[in-house]
Amino acid sequence: MNPVNYLYLAALLFTIGAAGVVIRRNAIVLFMCVELMLNACNLAFVTFSRLHGNLDGQIIAFFTMVVAAAEVVVGLAIIVTVFRSRHSASVDDASLMKL
Amino acid sequence: MSFPLLTATAVVPALGAVATAAMPAAQRAAAKWVALGFSLVTLALAAVMLVRFDPGGARFQLTESHAWIKDFGVRYELGVDGIAVALIALTAVLIPFIILAGWHDADPLESARPNRRWRPTQGFFALILMVEAMVVISFEATDVFLFYIFFEAMLIPMYFLIGGFGDRAGGRSEEETATQRSYAAVKFLLYNLAGGLIMLAAVVGLYAVTADQLGTGTFSLQEIVQARAGGRLDMASGTERLLFLGFFFAFAVKAPLWPLHTWLPNAMGESTAPVAVLITAVVDKVGTFAMLRFCLQLFPEASKWATPAIMILALISIIYGALLAIGQRDIKRLIAYASISHFGFIILGIFAMTTQGQGGATLYMVNHGVSTAALMLVAGFLITRRGSRLIADYGGVQKVAPVLAGTFLIGGLATLSLPGLAPFISEFLVLVGTFSRYPAFGVIATVGIVLAALYVLILYQRTMTGPVKAEVRSMPDLRVRELVVVAPLIALLIFLGVYPKPLADIVNPAVDHTMSVVDKKDPKPDHPVTDAGWFSYSPKSEGASHDGASGGAK
Amino acid sequence: MENLIGLLVAVPLLGAALLLCGGRRLDGKGHYIGTVLAGASFVIGAVLFADMLGRGEHDRALHSKVFSWIPVGGFRADVAFQLDQLSMTFVLLITGVGTLIHIYSIGYMEHDERRRRFFGYLNLFLAAMLLLVLADNYLLLYVGWEGVGLASYLLIGFWQHKPSAATAAKKAFIVNRVGDVGLSIAIMLMFTTFGTFTFAPVLTNADHASEGKLTAIGLMLLLAACGKSAQVPLQSWLGDAMEGPTPVSALIHAATMVTAGVYLITRSGAIFNAAPDAQAAVVAVGAVTLLFGAIVGCAKDDIKKALAGSTMSQIGYMILAAGLGPIGYVFAIMHLVTHGFFKAGLFLGAGSVMHAMNDEVDMRKYGGLRKYMPVTFITFGLGYLAIIGFPGLSGFWSKDKIIEAAFAKGGTEGWILGGAALLGAAITAYYMTRVMLLTFFGEKRWVPDEEGHEPHPHESPSSMTIPMIVLAVGSVFAGGLFSVNDAFLKWLEPVTGHSHGDSPLSAAAVTAGTMVVLAIGVALAWAQYGRRPVPRTAPRGSLLTRAARRDLLQDDFNHVALVKPGQYLTRGLVYVDHKLVDGVVNGTAASVGGLSGRLRKLQNGYARTYAVSMFGGTAVLIAATLLMRAV
Repeated sequence: MNPVNYLYLAALLFTIGAAGVVIRRNAIVLFMCVELMLNACNLAFVTFSRLHGNLDGQIIAFFTMVVAAAEVVVGLAIIVTVFRSRHSASVDDASLMKL
Repeated sequence: MSFPLLTATAVVPALGAVATAAMPAAQRAAAKWVALGFSLVTLALAAVMLVRFDPGGARFQLTESHAWIKDFGVRYELGVDGIAVALIALTAVLIPFIILAGWHDADPLESARPNRRWRPTQGFFALILMVEAMVVISFEATDVFLFYIFFEAMLIPMYFLIGGFGDRAGGRSEEETATQRSYAAVKFLLYNLAGGLIMLAAVVGLYAVTADQLGTGTFSLQEIVQARAGGRLDMASGTERLLFLGFFFAFAVKAPLWPLHTWLPNAMGESTAPVAVLITAVVDKVGTFAMLRFCLQLFPEASKWATPAIMILALISIIYGALLAIGQRDIKRLIAYASISHFGFIILGIFAMTTQGQGGATLYMVNHGVSTAALMLVAGFLITRRGSRLIADYGGVQKVAPVLAGTFLIGGLATLSLPGLAPFISEFLVLVGTFSRYPAFGVIATVGIVLAALYVLILYQRTMTGPVKAEVRSMPDLRVRELVVVAPLIALLIFLGVYPKPLADIVNPAVDHTMSVVDKKDPKPDHPVTDAGWFSYSPKSEGASHDGASGGAK
Repeated sequence: MENLIGLLVAVPLLGAALLLCGGRRLDGKGHYIGTVLAGASFVIGAVLFADMLGRGEHDRALHSKVFSWIPVGGFRADVAFQLDQLSMTFVLLITGVGTLIHIYSIGYMEHDERRRRFFGYLNLFLAAMLLLVLADNYLLLYVGWEGVGLASYLLIGFWQHKPSAATAAKKAFIVNRVGDVGLSIAIMLMFTTFGTFTFAPVLTNADHASEGKLTAIGLMLLLAACGKSAQVPLQSWLGDAMEGPTPVSALIHAATMVTAGVYLITRSGAIFNAAPDAQAAVVAVGAVTLLFGAIVGCAKDDIKKALAGSTMSQIGYMILAAGLGPIGYVFAIMHLVTHGFFKAGLFLGAGSVMHAMNDEVDMRKYGGLRKYMPVTFITFGLGYLAIIGFPGLSGFWSKDKIIEAAFAKGGTEGWILGGAALLGAAITAYYMTRVMLLTFFGEKRWVPDEEGHEPHPHESPSSMTIPMIVLAVGSVFAGGLFSVNDAFLKWLEPVTGHSHGDSPLSAAAVTAGTMVVLAIGVALAWAQYGRRPVPRTAPRGSLLTRAARRDLLQDDFNHVALVKPGQYLTRGLVYVDHKLVDGVVNGTAASVGGLSGRLRKLQNGYARTYAVSMFGGTAVLIAATLLMRAV
């Protein structure tokens, strides 16, 4: 199968993720959409790795996974703390940093 | 290796700042004494410097030189010439008086909540010492980059001194005072920062030019001057002019020169009197000093090119500052505008490019420091007593507090350059120096003399004479601490006015050197007379002189 | 002997320092200290004078360099003194009259709680004035010049609680400052022309310089003299200066300080001799002022202001004489000395009268005082006879010579100047007779003061009358003594030079003419004030009288021409500084602030808005990259 199709899939997933980030308000869903975007990138990296015939893409994919894992930990912790104090997981409610 | 006197003179106040800041909150009184002690040690070091400095010796003395940032040719290079020694001595003399005068200015208000970590007093005196350290090292630095760092860093403690410890007088609400104060502090910071950033660009540019032409870039003043003299460094005139303007802009803001002056009245008006003295008598002098040391010596050709424009700006400063001083209703702002007028004289003297002009300008820096300190500090004592800065709120003080009024008058007379007091000599030298090269400028500048009399005497008349106002009736006369501050300053004014020779002897060789770098010589008199000896003059009798007289009648 | 010169200045200076810094504990004896030190400097002066007389005519001058003052490059000023015959004359006048007035002030200021300070200022004045006449260069002279200005400022404003006194003091200082600018420019011109401003080299070489330069220097010196000596156009301060205590008016504003301008011009004779245009200006100023002051003196009802007008006019005579060149220098100084005697005497007499009349100064409220104050009447009367130039008295000898010299100037100019001087003599006789009649003759016109106290005129204490008597003796005999054998002329000639003019009129004719105009003046005054009773309130008077009462509109002119425009200018500039100079900067700050305020709206706090902008930005970047590659 033509590896380029994987790239199309990655683009599609990324777009879905991006649309989710822009449209949804629930922090958990938002978070899942971010993960979706990251994984779309991973897919693209791996595909490139295959296309170019070296391992750079795969290595970067591993890095991304590690970072994503760390991010999940921190992110979820923040979301839980915010939920505890505000009783809401909506990101629009937490727009107090503006002037 | 000999004792690093110059470093020590800068390090001692810095250590003093740290020590003062470290004092516990309850030890407020002790912190003041620590600060005073360190400032006195600095004064002693400055005195040693004055003694060890040999006016007839090398151009820069007591030099220290260490590599600092090798890759960029930045060196820790210190050295003093006569001008720097005079100004360091001025700084070292004034700081103890500033500390003494501000003894109670930073005491926490009675209403303030007791707080274990609240230490405004310690902060106030630590900041003053910090400023002293930075000013001293700016006077000593012969490396452009080193100078630049401290020239800019000075803004930080000054910002906090203006913004954090404002004048409590004014009869305004706490909130309005705070607003005005932060406005003044931010204005001060922005003006000087803007100047400093432009200078930074010029400093980098200078490095690029030296790196390009000498092979290795350098910031060393002496190296650059020597390279220029030896013909190894030959800047294109366009480049030189741009670099000159970059440096000059920063110094003109600091000095301040019209039209970059508007931060000064705000800063001096809103800060306490001792801080106002710190600004105008000490920190601003770095600006005029740097014009002499860096602008003229690094860029002699461009300096000559810019002279007419700068002279005109200086003249405007003189007259404009004096006229605005006449129009002020606030005592401290009046003194601030008077200072702008005086800075005009200093800059006029520097760019007149004559020995008298530059020597006079250097003496002017010292004398203006002392005279403004005397006037401003007494004004501060007055303002603290009545709680108002408005001239109209006073009247008849002379009757209730004659010593205060007397010292205020002497400070005022020094400000209007009365002969016999120090500023007269410097002002006259500047005028003569300007006149001998640019007669018209010299004549116009004399208008400043008349206007100075006007603003000083109007101020004195409205505050000190006339019927005693009810609010000043119970005003106490100067206290011992205040007298200790003012009396030595007045003594210094009289001493330097009667016998300025020691100071002039220190300054003269440095001025001669600057003149030779700029390659300018004093204009020769039209009919030079050799000293014919006393009383060789006897009037021509009968015939000849009578003809002369009646010749006019025909 | 040389060292004594420095001591001459140092002694009163020490007195000033002691009295001003000494504090309250000297209150009880401050006036004695001041007087003794003034007397001491007179004694030193007398010793030096005796020493000088003992030496030959051409080596009488002494010089003493104390220390090098300002050495910067080619600019060298020393603190050095020079004592020649001219300076000696002044030293004796200053310390002599000064000491007498110190003695007088002991009585006059007896009830003033700040008497110690008053004596301190008087001593400061003596020191500055002696410095002025003893300096051997123009810059040191300038120090004394402004020093006397300062002392004058402090003393005019001595009763500072009166706003009028404080204003008058300020006015005097500032008008004088305008003159001082002239002196400083003159010094600068000397420096650029000769490379020095020490008397000896400058004056010896004066005629080497171009006439243009010398004229400029001369005019600037004249400006200085106008300020200090209250000559037109800088005359306006002298009348107001009468706000000061009367001894001050006598010492500073009659006998010594105001004559400093005459000293300056005489001292700089060599410059003026070589600059005829400057001389013409000096003569013109002198002639105008002598008439101006005399006219003002005629209209004033305030006794001190009438005398102030007279002082202005008499100094006009001196300036006129000094402007005539070598014909006149000696007579200028001679008139200066005799004037010092009789005018100081007249002022002290006026002070004595005021002392007796509850400080009333309006002459229309005096009258008939001769019976109550005989000593004052006689001394004042002798001073009066001296000033109008009554034959045999001091003023006669000196003024007559000036009128003669004015005619001797020659040509039309001589006639104009001589005529002006004669006219001035007539007016002098008129206004002085008026003062005399209003004060001492006629019926009593006394009125109770504000608190209802009837005046009880009485003779003043002896500390006040003795100085008056001494000065009266001087007023009577000084002129005659000076003229015996032309003693004064011979004394000063080695310093100032002298030449005889060719007068179109003989000396006798001039004297006769003077006598005639004098009689006319006295007769006119008698007709107006002696024969009929004088009203207590002044009649409206003619246009000229009203103008003269307002000092010939000098203040109105200054107000319209200088003060008002100045006020508008400063107010305008304050506005400009705030709105324009500061406004440009604040405007920049405000526009940056406004822009960021608008941009701030983009930051609404919603994470998704930021996400969209990120995606949008990335999309734009990618599009741009692709586009670049395509091109």
